[in-house]
Amino acid sequence: MVDQEDHPEDYGKIEGGPSGDRQPLLRIQNVTKAFDEFVAVDNVELDIYEGELFCLLGGSGCGKTTLLRMLAGFETPTSGKILIDGKDMSGVPPYERPTNMMFQNYALFPHMNVAKNIAFGLEQDGLPRSEIKERTNDILRLVELQGYENRRPQQLSGGQRQRVALARALVKEPKILLLDEPLGALDKKLREQTQFELMNIQDKVGVTFVVVTHDQEEAMILSTRISVMDRGRLVQTGSPTEIYEFPKSRMVANFIGSANIFEGSVIGELEHGFKIETIIGEFTLKNTPITIRNKAIFIGIRPEKIFLSKEPDLAPGSNNAEGTIYDIGYLGNTSRYKIRLEQDLIIDVTAPNQTRPQNKTHEFMWDDKVYINWEPSSAMVFYE
Amino acid sequence: MLQGRSKFLTFMLFAGFIFLYVPMILLIIYSFNYSKLVPVWGGWSTRWYKELFESPEVWEAVSLSLQIAFINATFATVLGTLAGLAMVRFGRFRGRTIFGGMLVAPLVMPEVITGLSLLVFFISLKELIGWPAERGFTTITIAHITFSLAYVAVIIQARLTGIGETLEEAASDLGAKPFKVMKAITLPRLAPGMLSGWLLAFTLSLDDLVIASFVTGPGANTLPILIFSRIRLGLRPDINALATIIIIFVAVLVSLAAYLMFRQQKREIMDHKMAQSIKS
Repeated sequence: MVDQEDHPEDYGKIEGGPSGDRQPLLRIQNVTKAFDEFVAVDNVELDIYEGELFCLLGGSGCGKTTLLRMLAGFETPTSGKILIDGKDMSGVPPYERPTNMMFQNYALFPHMNVAKNIAFGLEQDGLPRSEIKERTNDILRLVELQGYENRRPQQLSGGQRQRVALARALVKEPKILLLDEPLGALDKKLREQTQFELMNIQDKVGVTFVVVTHDQEEAMILSTRISVMDRGRLVQTGSPTEIYEFPKSRMVANFIGSANIFEGSVIGELEHGFKIETIIGEFTLKNTPITIRNKAIFIGIRPEKIFLSKEPDLAPGSNNAEGTIYDIGYLGNTSRYKIRLEQDLIIDVTAPNQTRPQNKTHEFMWDDKVYINWEPSSAMVFYE
Repeated sequence: MLQGRSKFLTFMLFAGFIFLYVPMILLIIYSFNYSKLVPVWGGWSTRWYKELFESPEVWEAVSLSLQIAFINATFATVLGTLAGLAMVRFGRFRGRTIFGGMLVAPLVMPEVITGLSLLVFFISLKELIGWPAERGFTTITIAHITFSLAYVAVIIQARLTGIGETLEEAASDLGAKPFKVMKAITLPRLAPGMLSGWLLAFTLSLDDLVIASFVTGPGANTLPILIFSRIRLGLRPDINALATIIIIFVAVLVSLAAYLMFRQQKREIMDHKMAQSIKS
């Protein structure tokens, strides 16, 4: 962990990540899917390793679901190859693939009860009845649904349906479990609770999960690695930390969290960094290599990495700007400030409310004159 | 609360009921009329019912109509379901547009044209291969199947689109081969649609006068043909009795259907309550 900031690629070397010389369990090689003129998935190249909880993250229509459906075998790639455990999946129908899918709206069979829904997959394999019963009971225990065997899906709550869907997909012990927006249909409180349940279950069964989601928070909490998708392409793949702290483009920075971004140019080199000139002044930048010179670059700073104070930080090399508070959003645990700089630029700042305000008035109020500053190593650099 | 607008609405309601039901009620009352002349009241009697039950002609027609309706409904449901599946689940295939157009053609074609074209078809078929030798039961049944299956196909298409493909994909994903998916998922989900298709085909066949008149032959009188040919000779009280029986029969069927629907709805409400009573 020495000198971590110098090597952002060191993040993500977590258990389950691509490390050593392990063979990937799932290889997606130059896969493209076009529907007539529309290219839904554009030349995707991705390796996923055994035991990973991998998230495909993107807005609606970015192609993440189409990619998942190709893994399941519901769609055929226009070109490219998908290999699972070294075997080419071209021409292999869904019912012969070592994958199982948990569908977005669960797709439970409404004319079968919970036990029948779960046993359906095992029955297709022609297993003896006693084994089917045993495995059904085991998985019901895992998702804590004993006693609900004879209910029909319509007689269950949303959270229970979600667990039946998970159990039904897991009971066949697939090599890869595909989950399409697994928590999308639950309300917020239940979703937060279920996120951790899902991780626990994955831990216990050890199956590789590939999750499709549009919810960045969900992706950050759940995954060992994330791929951000945009218009059919993978824009960045990495651990949650890598994606959040070292986004490769403005699009990624804005999609995961938010960022204050302005144009700038390099005007000098320092011992461990660079001198940058932007519309709001000159700044120092540390521990972020800049590979492209003589070209406009973009500097991004996350709102929570900006400190707010009434006095300027006078330490040498610190980055300061002056402005007035233009708007405040009080969220309880944090507050969001909009600071108007002299250059008529609005900067977003998020600050934790770590002390209780005295006399019910906050430290920073509307129209206060404030200074913002940030660590030289907190700024992100983008070329696009 | 209802005071202000209720007078007009109540009036319209009763006007509607009168418009819909008075003709039928008159028919029922006149079926109990002793007089041989329909518009002349001659006192209450069940005379025409007795006469009706003693007339073999009528029972032959009822039996023929029911047989045709049953065979028609069964074949139309099987063929209509297959056609619906082909249209919705088989994706794009050569001739799909023409097939879809032909499938709904009988719905928009005037019955007279359908009847006439079928008659021409049967006649030329007899010239060519000598079958069907005689028009009657077989030709009416075939004619009814051709137009009923269009209705069934429309119902099945709507139902298939409504239930979506996700359940079938889920079954396939869990290892079920296409035939098994059809048997375990598609057909059970489609059953209510097939039942309503069957009932509709049955009713359409019982109801049809025009097409049956075209393609029938000597001696094969369906119930509508019989009623119509008798009415041409003037209103007859025994036909009123027959109509009354049909009305009662239909009323019983409709009530049964309404009761079943009510029970289904109640079950859904109970399921919903059950689901809500669970925490998480």
